[in-house]
Amino acid sequence: MGDARLAAAGDPQAFERLYQRHVARVHSLARRMMGMEDADEVTQDVFVRAWQKLGSFRGEAAFGTWLHRLAINVILGCRKQLGIRRERFVDGERAIGQLPENPKGAEAAIDFEAAMELLPDGAQQVFVLHDVEGYKHEEIAEMMGISAGTSKSQLHRARMILRDYLDR
Amino acid sequence: MSDHWTGRLSEYIDGELNAAERAELEAHLAGCQECAKTLEQLRHVVARAEALEDRPPGGDLWAGIAARTDAAAGNAAVADLEEHRRRRGWLSQRRLSFSLPQLAAASVALMILSAGSAWLLSRTGGPGSETLGPSAEPGASLASAPVASGFGVAGYDAAIAELEGVIEESRDRLDTATVRIIEENLMIIDRAIAQAQRALAEDPASIYLNEYLAATMRQKLEFLRQAAQMAGAAS
Repeated sequence: MGDARLAAAGDPQAFERLYQRHVARVHSLARRMMGMEDADEVTQDVFVRAWQKLGSFRGEAAFGTWLHRLAINVILGCRKQLGIRRERFVDGERAIGQLPENPKGAEAAIDFEAAMELLPDGAQQVFVLHDVEGYKHEEIAEMMGISAGTSKSQLHRARMILRDYLDR
Repeated sequence: MSDHWTGRLSEYIDGELNAAERAELEAHLAGCQECAKTLEQLRHVVARAEALEDRPPGGDLWAGIAARTDAAAGNAAVADLEEHRRRRGWLSQRRLSFSLPQLAAASVALMILSAGSAWLLSRTGGPGSETLGPSAEPGASLASAPVASGFGVAGYDAAIAELEGVIEESRDRLDTATVRIIEENLMIIDRAIAQAQRALAEDPASIYLNEYLAATMRQKLEFLRQAAQMAGAAS
C-alpha cells in the first residue's frame, strides 16, 4: 500500500514520509507566492490541511499533483484572507530597481526569486503559476477567479519587469 | 519598437498567436532590432523561471505539523469515542462511580503549569530567552515548574495510572471495537505528548510548546476519563 493510502488511513509515519518527499516543492511554492517570511507557516498550513483532507484523496491523480493543487488553494486563500499587498508591491518596477545588481553564478537563482517576490501582486501570482509551475492561462484564470486575458496581460507585465532586472 | 508588438511578445513565446499573427510578428521582428532584443530578454526570463529548483525550508517544520495534526487526531479521538459510546447507548447508563477528585486537580495543575511556565519566562527574559534560568536543565520546564496546587506531574501520573487501571480491569468486558479505538487513540495522544516533550527538550523556553504539552496531557486525562466511564458502565 502506498504512503498516501496509509496516511489516509491515519498512519502518521506514512504522512511524515510524504511530508519529507514533498516539503521542498510546497515550501518553494509558498516562498514564491507568499514571500520568505510567511512561507514556513503557510507550508505547515498546507500539510495540516492535507492531513485533514486525505480522506478525499481518491488516488485518481498522483499524490504530488493532488497536494500541489491543494497547496495553491491554501496559498491563494491565505493571500485573500491576509489581503497581502505590502508597500513594496505597490510599485514593483521601482522596488526591483532597488535590488543589488543582477548577480552571476550561484546566487543568481536566489536573487531572481528575490526579484520575483517584489513583483506586483497579481503579476507575481500569475508568473509563478505559469512560468514556474507550468499552469495554463485557463487553469490560472479558474484558480484566481480572473479572465484568461487578464492572466496573459499580468504574465507579460511580470516578464517585462523581470527582464529589466536581468538586463541591468 | 512597437508597443503593439511588444505587448504580444509573451503570447508569441507561449505559442498563443495564430498563424497569421505569428507571420506578421515575425515580419516585424525582422526589421525591428529593439523588439527582437526584447524578445530574447523575455525568453531569458522564461528560461530562468523554468530553471528554478525547489529548495527545502531552512528549518524543520515537521514538529509543528505533527503537533497540529496529532492534536486534531486527539480531538477526533475523543469525538470518535463519544460517538461510539452514544451509539452503544451508554450515555443513558450509569456514570463513572468514582469521581476521582485528582482529575479536577490534575486539570487545574496542568493549567497552572502552563501559566507557571509563562510566568517563569516573563521573569527570565521572555519568549526569546534560551533557557528558563541559570539552574534550569534542558527539558525541565514542565517537570520542574512550581505547582501551586501541590498536585504536580506526579499527581497527573497517578491519575493517569488509576484510570488506566480501571480500563485494564474492564478490558475483557469491553467489545473489541471499543478496545481498538481506545488503544489507537491513546497511542496517538501519547505520540503527541512524546513529540511535545522532545520539542521542549530542544526549546524549553517555548510558551507554545509548554502550553501545547499541558493541553495534550489534559486531553489524555479527558480521553481516559471517558474511556474509564465506558469501562465502568460495561462492568
